[in-house]
Amino acid sequence: MNFDLTEEQQMIMDQTAKFVAQETPVSRFRKLRETERGWEPEMWARMAEQGWLGIAIPEAQGGFGGSFVDLAIILEQLGRGLVPEPFIASVVLAGGILSDQADEKQCEAYLTPMMEGQTSLAFAYSETQSRYNLSDCLTRAEKVGDGWKISGEKVWVLNGHAADQIIVAARTGGDQLDESGLSLFVVDGDAQGLECIRVPGMDGQRTAVLRFTDVEVSADRLLGREGDAFATIEKAVDRGAAAACAEGLGQVRELFERTVAYLKEREQFGVPIGSFQALQHIASDMYAEMELCNSASILASIQADHPDSEIRKAEISAAKLQLSDGGWFIQKNAIQLFGGIGVTDEQDEGLFFKRLRVLNGLFGDADWHVSRFQSLKAFEAVV
Amino acid sequence: MELSYTPEQDQFRDEVRSWIAESMPATMKKHAEDGANFEHTEVMEWHKILYAKGWAAPGWPEEVGGTGWDVSQRAIFQEECVRANAPSLSPFGLSMVGPLIIQYGNEEQKKRFLPAILAGEEIWCQGYSEPNAGSDLANLQLRAESDGDDYILNGQKTWTTYAQYADWIFVLCRTSAEGKKQEGISFLLADIHNTDGIDVKPFLTTGGTLAFSETWFKDARVPKANRVGPENGGWSMAKALLGHERTGIGGITESERGLTQVKKNAQRTAVGNSTLFDDPTFRARIARKQMRLRAIEIFNLRALAAAQVGHAPGAESSVLKIVGTELQQEVTELSMDALGQNAMGWLDSPEEALPSHQQAIASQFNYLRAATIYGGSNEIQKNIISKHLLRLPSA
Ligand SMILES: Cc1cc2nc3c(=O)[nH]c(=O)nc-3n(C[C@H](O)[C@H](O)[C@H](O)COP(=O)(O)OP(=O)(O)OC[C@H]3O[C@@H](n4cnc5c(N)ncnc54)[C@H](O)[C@@H]3O)c2cc1C
Repeated sequence: MNFDLTEEQQMIMDQTAKFVAQETPVSRFRKLRETERGWEPEMWARMAEQGWLGIAIPEAQGGFGGSFVDLAIILEQLGRGLVPEPFIASVVLAGGILSDQADEKQCEAYLTPMMEGQTSLAFAYSETQSRYNLSDCLTRAEKVGDGWKISGEKVWVLNGHAADQIIVAARTGGDQLDESGLSLFVVDGDAQGLECIRVPGMDGQRTAVLRFTDVEVSADRLLGREGDAFATIEKAVDRGAAAACAEGLGQVRELFERTVAYLKEREQFGVPIGSFQALQHIASDMYAEMELCNSASILASIQADHPDSEIRKAEISAAKLQLSDGGWFIQKNAIQLFGGIGVTDEQDEGLFFKRLRVLNGLFGDADWHVSRFQSLKAFEAVV
Repeated sequence: MELSYTPEQDQFRDEVRSWIAESMPATMKKHAEDGANFEHTEVMEWHKILYAKGWAAPGWPEEVGGTGWDVSQRAIFQEECVRANAPSLSPFGLSMVGPLIIQYGNEEQKKRFLPAILAGEEIWCQGYSEPNAGSDLANLQLRAESDGDDYILNGQKTWTTYAQYADWIFVLCRTSAEGKKQEGISFLLADIHNTDGIDVKPFLTTGGTLAFSETWFKDARVPKANRVGPENGGWSMAKALLGHERTGIGGITESERGLTQVKKNAQRTAVGNSTLFDDPTFRARIARKQMRLRAIEIFNLRALAAAQVGHAPGAESSVLKIVGTELQQEVTELSMDALGQNAMGWLDSPEEALPSHQQAIASQFNYLRAATIYGGSNEIQKNIISKHLLRLPSA
């Protein structure tokens, strides 16, 4: 057992922290949240130059051969700056799926340009009725000639408004709730028949509703085996959950550190409010929860790519629950201890609060993970 | 002890219910259905409808326009308003400065101000807090210098809720720098529109709405006739007022509404072949909140009953503020959880992603973090309980 970062990982952390602080602090996000795209291609290209976009892709596919732990290290720092570039959508979700499922040609066509920062990607899997059920899919792909014709609607697609290519989950067989019969296709963002409705969200980032009406794609747009994508989707969403734990840890740390600083600085009744024992105890509890969120993120990042899916699921769910519960404790108390200014838009704490709440509801909320956990061997095994 | 209603009370309930049903305009009913997020203009419209019926201020004495209802009738009225999702009236005139003027104002002030408050013709806001006087309210610095028949005000208030809609502001200001901080404070009423030098600057909350303002005073002249109570005697009155504020501030009505809204949303949310409302885990979570609310409601009724026989609201209003606002927040959290991924949405999310009846939930959830901060933060309420009720020794 060893929880130390390697020298290389320590370097990645320091460099990312420095880059975020200098190049993309929260003030940059504040400006971008007013814009249509919500993020900047120039910054995306610079993130590619830093080597971040391909860090966890095997060298054989042109990446740096790192692990999910490397991704988590970067994500935590991006979380601190509320960096709006589509790292989770493009690198963690779509990048992960391509790396797992794409053949050599597909990798060249979609993964390579993304790693180089020339394109960005999205993964469209949720539908209005599906909530967190990953097998609930009404979008269908029918075989026409050599290719496929896709129809249906996806919601809350991260980076769906800006992606050059979208990986879409569609049914090639089975009924609405069946795990079998799901397939993944790569669709161009500007494909005929694809309507994109941009959706501004609570956290100031953008997602999209994507409407597919008879969108035609050729046979080489199918990823992996037809009808066999469920496990891949599950895995991608678990990676998303692990990424949420890592990015969320960044916000948890910011909220915690800013609150402690404020307790020392703000005076009422002629003394710093941090001298009131009631608040000291809240701050201590926040510290404890932050350490647990840190532990949870470490757990999730180590296990995100675990080959045994039973183990992966149990560990990811445990970690995500901690982010939800512990993160919530920290975010609500941060606002409380800031008092009135905590609920003003001009303070950054509210922005961290919102992003953390969004991450809380992405890739399975607390109830969903608790419910999934109960169905796993890790829980059923009594001895 | 008795909780059930007499036949007369049941009849009263029927009367109230059918009157509300007849009197609420159609557009208001539609908004009531859609989550009861009313525009300020609608709140005032409802105020005037209630006023015409004589029901705008059930808590006021009859001589000044109250209803003369007993506790049960007031509770019934309140329950029926909640059931119909009627707009909640602005508390600053009816529940705050109104009762204060009734208790401490002179005859002229009563004549001048109470009728307009009752009729909803003049809208009020509360100017207590300042940047350096939040929890430590007695530290307030807004200066009022005596100049003949007037005071000249200089300084700043902040977090003034709905000052942008208000005609009048009641302020605590410093009329003396001598002695203890609490001893140099006076209670003034200022006409926002007709006084030079009062400037209201609304700013955004985390809910994305302009709910509060900075209010600036620059050589603003306020007649001494607008002082309620004695000069330098504002503090004890202000504290009495906070007692009134806190009972209403428990958000019981809002929690009831919120729970109904959660249930409706859960019923409309498909999960596989059934709905979220059929999900045993989520159902139980809603049930727990509704059950706790019941205990809080009874606690509130007990406090109301005590107030009716002349007990000033004391530390129990602090308890009510704590448990009430905590529940109110928990209900908004539940509302968010009911949304699932839709909780990512915001006020400007298009209908294709977020149905209109869900549009304001995230905004309210964010804004209502303030419920445990405003009206004296919950930490301060705990200090009050431990000091004044439990008489625990200080450090
Ligand atoms: C949405 C909103 C609307 C408002 N509307 C109005 C209005 O209309 N009119 C008006 O006058 N004011 C209004 N307020 C102001 C409100 O009353 C103050 O925000 C509140 O009193 C807290 O003051 P503060 O914000 O300065 O926080 P601070 O007093 O700085 O408190 C910061 C933190 O320290 C804690 N704390 C402070 N002292 C102690 C102590 N002794 N022991 C333990 N903990 C302590 C507080 O609980 C809080 O958690 C509003 C506030 C909000 C958020």
